[in-house]
Amino acid sequence: MALKLADYKTEVHNDWCPGCGDFGIVNALQMALAEMGIERDKATIFSGIGCSGKTSHFINTYGVHTLHGRVLTFAQGGKLANPEMTVVAVGGDGDGLGIGAGHFVAAGRRNIDMTYIIFDNGVYGLTKGQASPTLKLGEKTKSLPSPNTNYNVNPIGLAVASGFTFVARGYSYDVRHLKDLIIKAVRHKGLSFLDVLQPCPTYNDINTRDWYAGIDLAQESMERHSRIYKLEDTHFDPMVHYDNETEVNEKLSQALIKSLEWGNKIPIGVFYQNEIISQYSTRLTDKIPNYLENPPAQQRISENGLPITDVSEILDSLRV
Amino acid sequence: MSSIDFTWLIGGPQGSGVDSGANVFSKVCAEMGYRIFGKREFYSNIKGEHSYFVVRVSDEEIHSNVNDVTLMASFDAETIFRHFNEVPKDGGIIYDSDLDKTTTDEVPTLDSYFKARLHKELESKNKPFTIAGVLAIAKEKGVHLYPVSFREILSNLAEKTENPKLKGLVRLFNVLAVSFSLGLIKMPLDPLLQSINSIFSKKPQIAEINKQAAHFAYNYAKSKFGNFQYALTGTTKQPDTILVQGHLGTSIGKMVSGCRFQSYYPITPASDESVYLESHELLEIHNDRPGSTIVIQTEDEISAMGMMIGAALTGTRSSTSTSGPGFALMAESLGWAGINEVPIVITLYQRSGPSTGLPTRHGQDDLLFAVHAGHGDFPKIVYASGDIEESFYDTGRCFNYADVYQIPVIHMMDKFLSSSVVTCKKFDPQKISIDRGLLLDKVDGEYKRFAFTDDGISPRSRLGLDNGVFWNTGDESDEFGHITEDPQVRIQMMDKRMSRLDLVTKRVPDDEQVVSFGVHDYTVISWGSTKGPILDAISILKKEGINIGFIQIKLIHPFPSDYVKSLLKDAKIIIDIEANHSGQLGKIFRQNVLREIDYFILKYTGRGMTSTEIYDSLKKIVENKANKREVLSHGA
Repeated sequence: MALKLADYKTEVHNDWCPGCGDFGIVNALQMALAEMGIERDKATIFSGIGCSGKTSHFINTYGVHTLHGRVLTFAQGGKLANPEMTVVAVGGDGDGLGIGAGHFVAAGRRNIDMTYIIFDNGVYGLTKGQASPTLKLGEKTKSLPSPNTNYNVNPIGLAVASGFTFVARGYSYDVRHLKDLIIKAVRHKGLSFLDVLQPCPTYNDINTRDWYAGIDLAQESMERHSRIYKLEDTHFDPMVHYDNETEVNEKLSQALIKSLEWGNKIPIGVFYQNEIISQYSTRLTDKIPNYLENPPAQQRISENGLPITDVSEILDSLRV
Repeated sequence: MSSIDFTWLIGGPQGSGVDSGANVFSKVCAEMGYRIFGKREFYSNIKGEHSYFVVRVSDEEIHSNVNDVTLMASFDAETIFRHFNEVPKDGGIIYDSDLDKTTTDEVPTLDSYFKARLHKELESKNKPFTIAGVLAIAKEKGVHLYPVSFREILSNLAEKTENPKLKGLVRLFNVLAVSFSLGLIKMPLDPLLQSINSIFSKKPQIAEINKQAAHFAYNYAKSKFGNFQYALTGTTKQPDTILVQGHLGTSIGKMVSGCRFQSYYPITPASDESVYLESHELLEIHNDRPGSTIVIQTEDEISAMGMMIGAALTGTRSSTSTSGPGFALMAESLGWAGINEVPIVITLYQRSGPSTGLPTRHGQDDLLFAVHAGHGDFPKIVYASGDIEESFYDTGRCFNYADVYQIPVIHMMDKFLSSSVVTCKKFDPQKISIDRGLLLDKVDGEYKRFAFTDDGISPRSRLGLDNGVFWNTGDESDEFGHITEDPQVRIQMMDKRMSRLDLVTKRVPDDEQVVSFGVHDYTVISWGSTKGPILDAISILKKEGINIGFIQIKLIHPFPSDYVKSLLKDAKIIIDIEANHSGQLGKIFRQNVLREIDYFILKYTGRGMTSTEIYDSLKKIVENKANKREVLSHGA
């Protein structure tokens, strides 16, 4: 029986603020799962801590709401032990790029086949609006006592530099586009990263929905004014087409340069994609040939309550 | 046949082959039927600092080291300066005669504190601050000195074998030291040559050079060194004996118990286990396709913990191995595993804290920390192994406890265990059972991961299982695993989880909780690696007509209060022996048994306890001459 969008929704009351950008991301994620027809029991949503952390409770698949900053570690462990499972990790920008920044970089180096979505709103919402890693230097959102004293992290640039092999940005109020990006990310062979711009209507009074829509710019001109534009509408080609250093370096630097665009023109879409770099499972299969056919979660370890692992060779080598 | 109790020490700069020398010596002695108890001491350093290995050899069962060194094999000056005092009358020192004039100031790794103490002793005995000076003291004590010029030996050997390359090969010093020793104690040469063959099985040329050196040095010692009264000519071999290094108990235990995922971050003395598991990642399985252990080196211990939990949620038996500093980073996730009832095993190889402490030295400093690790109230098991053989079987138990009670298990090990090399009975995998508890293979109908049940344990689905969808959260949750802040559900859930502690003490068999070696008026309580030296000390006291009881507490949390109380009802004096400053088990004991500890025997120098030290302290206690707190300090 084909699954419908409604099958991916739980009955858990969603207590996000009215108008929160997170709604668009959950909807897009549910739509993507339905469109790909992934069985509910063959996917796990791992989430971090904060408003975005509740995401896993709203989606009717396996859901693991982990710890602040640690979502990638739980998700990678789950995927490594059960590689057949579709794994999507989600969390806020403070979660992934502040407290969890070390895991973000390390995950890139591994390139495990899963997807990581950052709900990027520039503030720590659930603790009442402190500055988060993506808030720009000198900006003062409404609950900050004084302007932000830290330079911002560039999530796309960091992902590209860390070895993520699919790097994209979405916008939570363009749900269909975001859904398509999620599908691409999940289908990508390797670790995919989605930076989703997501206005926090309660605490971020700078990067609001109206701001992204360019209402302020509209007052100056009568032309199309949205700050957001799609990379696929330009001649931007994010794909690494062949295994060549120059090609890879060009695509990496192009993504980095593009990621610096901000202000009146903000690109969304795929910045970088490289399926030539081996995924972690391939690296494992090189040393453990049947890893994918007989992964940890599938392995038989006992028969009638007794172990079946044969260590006699090891024990014989220790014998005196 | 007179009983053999012989201790051999080899020392030298780190990286000079002290370890392999000791391994060869141990192997040869074990092949000759002797029991071995060896221990390695080393600095937090890669090359140059002083490291040493003491190997105790006996034809009777032994579980510890003793203070006296019967024969010291040295090839550098520092070993002599640091250890000459450990060799008693009739013992021997093999040393490089070229070092005679070396002064203490010429050894840059002799630290000022040690030098000051040594100078004081030399001054008081009117001896120069040289090797000749300390050796004179040994000689006056009645120690046999066996001088040999290592360089001369090598150049003779080079000439004889027409292999000039041998002349400058300082890497052969360790083999020479071992061979001199074996020649001196009249051990047959064949097992040594065989050991060399097996160590260098892939490098036949190097094996050949080593064998030539061994031969030469062995004959040299036999012909030139006399009047050493110890001869180790072999004894009856015990059947099914293995020679194992400390981390192999838990490593092989994990393979057999079905641990298929291990994440870790490098740390002394725990990483040896993970490296071993990775080097043996391909597993042979009876009547099935090959299996494997996925070993992941993570970016930090927080990640090791997160990955292990993620893997455990798929139904995979998962673990990590760490030491105190790493475990400190794991505390938050431990609570997550607790509230989510995730079965995981943390193998905690303790070392001396606090902070980085003595990073390569022994300590049992983390018991209270393990018991209390993590914020909030949640159930966990803290289980301690007393020796290497035990640690193999205990690993199996720990995984069963984790699965059956669906709680995190902390398996306490330590540096003393990890850097010991001992003979023991061959591990028997068939004595390990595998009980996965209520882990589900299929789910029918509505599923609630945290369903309320009579005994508080709910059937467990796993990520990816058909129809078994569930949620986890570090927040308080309802039966489905969704967040709730309802006060009534909170009570039910807390009670459900915490009730497991009583289940553990009720259902785990008594002899898995506590091992009693007899209870007398004076009875020792202890945990972990002090077991061996305690057993050896009380067995000597017994021969002298002094009976001392000993109970080894293995299940430390939840504490088996009633059982311990009943075991100790006839004991009049309780003696707590631990390798830490504050008597941590003693505190737990007082809290649970409501009884005072009468004496503490404690050691926190970072060096393991010897049975000699424990014997001396127990004797003082029995003779009513001891302080309430006896603090031990033997060992360089």
